[in-house]
Amino acid sequence: MKALTLFMGCLVPNRYPGIELATKLCLAKLDIDFNELAGASCCPAPGVFRSFDRTSWLTVASRNIVLAEQMERDILTICNGCFSTLADANRIIKEENGTKEDINEHLRKIGKEINGNIDVRHIIEFLYEEYGPEKIRSYVERQLKIRVAVHYGCHLIKPTKDRGLGNFERPRFFDELVNALGATSVEYPDKMACCGAGGGVRSAMKDKSLKMTEAKLARIKEMEIDCIVNSCPFCHMQLDAGQAEIKEKMEIEYDIPVLHYTQLLGLALGFPPEMLGIDTSLKKNRELMEQLDLQE
Amino acid sequence: MKDGNTAQKAKSHETDSHNKDILRCMQCGVCTSSCPSGRHTSLNIRKLVKIAGRTTNIFSNEELWMCTTCYNCQERCPRNIPIVDILLDIRATAAHQGMIQPEHRQVCRMLLEYGHAVPINEENRKIRTDLGMEELPETVQKYKEGLEEVKELLRSCGFETLIGDNKGCIPEGKK
Repeated sequence: MKALTLFMGCLVPNRYPGIELATKLCLAKLDIDFNELAGASCCPAPGVFRSFDRTSWLTVASRNIVLAEQMERDILTICNGCFSTLADANRIIKEENGTKEDINEHLRKIGKEINGNIDVRHIIEFLYEEYGPEKIRSYVERQLKIRVAVHYGCHLIKPTKDRGLGNFERPRFFDELVNALGATSVEYPDKMACCGAGGGVRSAMKDKSLKMTEAKLARIKEMEIDCIVNSCPFCHMQLDAGQAEIKEKMEIEYDIPVLHYTQLLGLALGFPPEMLGIDTSLKKNRELMEQLDLQE
Repeated sequence: MKDGNTAQKAKSHETDSHNKDILRCMQCGVCTSSCPSGRHTSLNIRKLVKIAGRTTNIFSNEELWMCTTCYNCQERCPRNIPIVDILLDIRATAAHQGMIQPEHRQVCRMLLEYGHAVPINEENRKIRTDLGMEELPETVQKYKEGLEEVKELLRSCGFETLIGDNKGCIPEGKK
């Protein structure tokens, strides 16, 4: 296991800074050797940029990977989209005949060269593979007695031939990491369904993307869970901000708290909600914290 | 010219095999029944694959942009056709013909200008400082020489030209 460099992406630092802070606090508390990938850009996002021009997508992704190669650290992502782009780009550079040379022609113009000698990790698979639920359990200071709907998102686990994390129909690894915190991951219909945001659908066809989100939220609501936990800030935005948009456009109210796994982990590791970017000015979040005996 | 050739070359490895893959489709419909978008939109991925296998008259099809790239169809395809990868190829050809949704063009302009599809705003600068974090994250938003590198690369790859020209969007009536 190499030391890690944390790749932030766009949505976490620029829309959900609390997830950035929660991640850093958790990594430090778990004694994980990491720094920040200074000077990184957008991954670039797989939905739009990969759709438009594969070479541009690969080249900008490769620059981000080079920054990590220069430090001899593996990249740690906290977003399924960033994971998709950087893990795929890294694999293509390593495996596809001639592509590394083609991309290096562009990188040479900024005095960089990609070698293909590091790995790209996602925090969920990293914690599961390198720590495992039992070791995570040993760090827990506060048992979270709540019912959780786990949302894996698509690109953490698919395409399965490239991710290598097992079958996508009924995976368990994320659920086990949630259960390790004292919480209960509750099965629900269409658990593996997409949040609706990916592929550029949210940006260009928001109403259509929200129909998919609404269907998923309806399934979750039936299970009487306390919160949704995800592994991706884009799913997070769609499931969280999406609730307000659904209320406005469809007049359906859900009021389900949504947490990134690092925020849930942060609570279990003993950090107060306000240090984890959990907005307790919202009634739904305040009630969740009361349930956890965290509200003053 | 050289850059254009490189771009073509990097694209062609996958595209050639995808063209053959699509002809193996037996129109069983597992893809469509697995599609979360198709339950709620007019996207019929089985039909798209059929059209793509028989004609090139697909690039202005609005359904191309309703796919969330969740990969369910690709995972469950009994003939192992890389449906999403093929769809991304078709989207790229459409984009290179100038058929780009205005909202997507805007996202691309953000990358060209800020190095981020979603750059920081005033509200989140404040949230960061209120949380005791630095106002700007450790990205190209703080490191301007890094931003210049990203811009240089996007010029080198022809992305600036692709997005910059005004060849128009999806034709009226198709939107």
